[in-house]
Amino acid sequence: MSNNGFEPRIVAFMCNWCTYAAADTAGVSRMQQPPNVDVVRVMCTGRVDPAFILKTLALGADGVLVSGCHPGQCHYEKGNLNARRRVTALKPFLDAVGIGQDRLRLEWIAASEAPKVAEVVAEFTETIKRLGPSPFRRRQDED
Amino acid sequence: MATLIIDRQEVHAEEGQTILEVAKENGIEIPTLCYHPLLEPYGACRLCVVEIVAGGRLGLQTACTYPIEEGLEVLTRSPSVIEARKVVLGLLLSRTPNVELIQDLAREYGITEPPFPTDTPDERCILCGHCVRTCHELVKAYVLNFSERGIERRVGPPFLEKTRDCIGCGACTIMCPTGAIETVLEKEAVYKAKPLGPTSAIWVPSMQAIPNVPVIDTDVCIRFRQNDRTEGEIVDACGACQMVCEADAINFDQQDEILELDVGTVIVATGFEMWDPAQLSQYSYGKSPNIITGLEFERLSNAGGITAGEILTAEEKKPEAVAIIHCVGSRDHNAHEYCSRFCCMYSLKQAHLVRDKTDAQVYEFYMDMRTFGSGYEEFYERVQKEEGILMVRGRGAEVSVLEPQNGQKYGKLRVKGEDADLGRPVRVDVDMVVLSSAIEAPHDADEIASMFGLSRKPDGFFAEAHPKMRPVETNTDGVFLAGVTQGPKDVPDTVAHAGAAASMALALMDKGEVTISPQTAVVDEILCAGCKTCISLCPYTAISFIEEIDEKGVARVNEALCKGCGTCAAACPSGAITARHFTDQQILAQIEGLFRVPA
Repeated sequence: MSNNGFEPRIVAFMCNWCTYAAADTAGVSRMQQPPNVDVVRVMCTGRVDPAFILKTLALGADGVLVSGCHPGQCHYEKGNLNARRRVTALKPFLDAVGIGQDRLRLEWIAASEAPKVAEVVAEFTETIKRLGPSPFRRRQDED
Repeated sequence: MATLIIDRQEVHAEEGQTILEVAKENGIEIPTLCYHPLLEPYGACRLCVVEIVAGGRLGLQTACTYPIEEGLEVLTRSPSVIEARKVVLGLLLSRTPNVELIQDLAREYGITEPPFPTDTPDERCILCGHCVRTCHELVKAYVLNFSERGIERRVGPPFLEKTRDCIGCGACTIMCPTGAIETVLEKEAVYKAKPLGPTSAIWVPSMQAIPNVPVIDTDVCIRFRQNDRTEGEIVDACGACQMVCEADAINFDQQDEILELDVGTVIVATGFEMWDPAQLSQYSYGKSPNIITGLEFERLSNAGGITAGEILTAEEKKPEAVAIIHCVGSRDHNAHEYCSRFCCMYSLKQAHLVRDKTDAQVYEFYMDMRTFGSGYEEFYERVQKEEGILMVRGRGAEVSVLEPQNGQKYGKLRVKGEDADLGRPVRVDVDMVVLSSAIEAPHDADEIASMFGLSRKPDGFFAEAHPKMRPVETNTDGVFLAGVTQGPKDVPDTVAHAGAAASMALALMDKGEVTISPQTAVVDEILCAGCKTCISLCPYTAISFIEEIDEKGVARVNEALCKGCGTCAAACPSGAITARHFTDQQILAQIEGLFRVPA
């Protein structure tokens, strides 16, 4: 396997109304996707406190995916826009602490876009594989 | 009210009527060429002369211009009247020897040959002035007028030259009793040239609809066009429909209205649009008027349609062979992948109608016959066995338009396909092709989706809350789907689906209260610092600021308004807000749990 058999651990925060439903469909339809992503369901990406993302990375996740409804289609009108603001604000901080902003990704995936879930998961896993293990994880492994 | 005597018969009439109008009302016939009920009386043709024998100006008078008087005594067929009409008709026949209308009238009065030499055998204009009066009084374009005098008199635009003032409405052509005026459109077509479309500016959009009322196409209607063209200077053009409508039902001032209603439930039933088969060029849609869609066939076979229900080709002949092609744009990777569901049945019905109304041979090109409903399979059997419709199993691959042969206006149509049962290609030449084209979500479905917070399925139709268990509900409380808006359906399925949506909406209203989800946010008022961050974030204005609590004031959540999105909980700098069922502790425990297991 490439990258010395490194299998990243990715946590995805998915909106109950769109991406979670799409991921469900992707699973039921047996779309092939890497097994590296663990899903945490939230009612809205607006619920994703930056603290959750930091905690996840601190625990050793190699990547975090936040995925919600397309702008204008939020079940709660504008929760996804709040999420976008928070993710954008968090990225420079991730650079500053040495994790790198590429390990955090925000995606819009509607309930009807099951194939996009598989695509994004595969693509993001590939990105993280290229980036290698998170610096936090390396430290934990050394301890 | 006045009483007068016409042909020794006592009749009653309103003040202001003319002799001609009163005679018509009482079934007394007076011939006329220049009278028209929509136009001002003119007295040009002199054919309506009658003899007044008492009570007015004695002698021969034109009935169309003579207002009635009390005690008037009129003869409509006295010898001098007949003699006068003969002279008039003799002159007219000499002017226009080949106009049937004049020939017929002249024959009635015993004139078979023009009494004067005629050097204008092609002349059709009888100078009745219908066109001139129409152009002035109705259209108000003031383009047509008489010019010259005596035998030189003729009708035309100023200096007989093309003028930009003519709006090309065609009203003069329609009003001309002898077919002397042709309207040639150079640029903008008055009627959108659509096969089987409406033929005038006022029409009934769907027969059998309730209320069954006509509409005015303001793009075509002379009154609206004149108003638009002159920027409101001419507001009272035409109005012919208003003049003839006995119910006084025509109101030109009606405007589209936007109504704002407060409602608790909404049923979305925005339906579908027909997919345009011109997008797949192999079907040649648009290249011949004899290639029509299923919907156009419905218009053709409808008793209220332009052929009064007769099935005719564009050459107005009964077709000898008709091909019906299923799945045009449905179940096709180049168009829509889904099955449009109701085309199989309407195609069979249309085949049956063709067999019923003509002797044409019918070929049905189909991939699979989806006759799923109650009684459908039996109908499928019947049209095959009893009506002899030929079924070709295999999608119609191509329709081509052949060159017109011996005097045909449009060429025959050649349909190619493969008969999968025979295992070989087939080819038939037919007079009419009906494309059972696909249906698709309306082009503005995205707008409706964001208006009601709906999501759309990959096929473009709106997503129901659950494909099996909740087929009429959506993920937005109180919004329901009815019919094809949720996916292709035939009529019985649509009725059932719409009934379900209506009862779901009624059940919600009847209860008088709504059950809300327990996933709401709650503020810990001791921790709350009163910073008001959450208040501006809440999309439902569910959070209000209570000043009286402590000195600082606190935020408080109205649980009836809160939908539980958790945005406030994520933003609270003091961690004072808990999103019930998705608390910080719960989510963090999930994250920690993930990492307790070694990868």
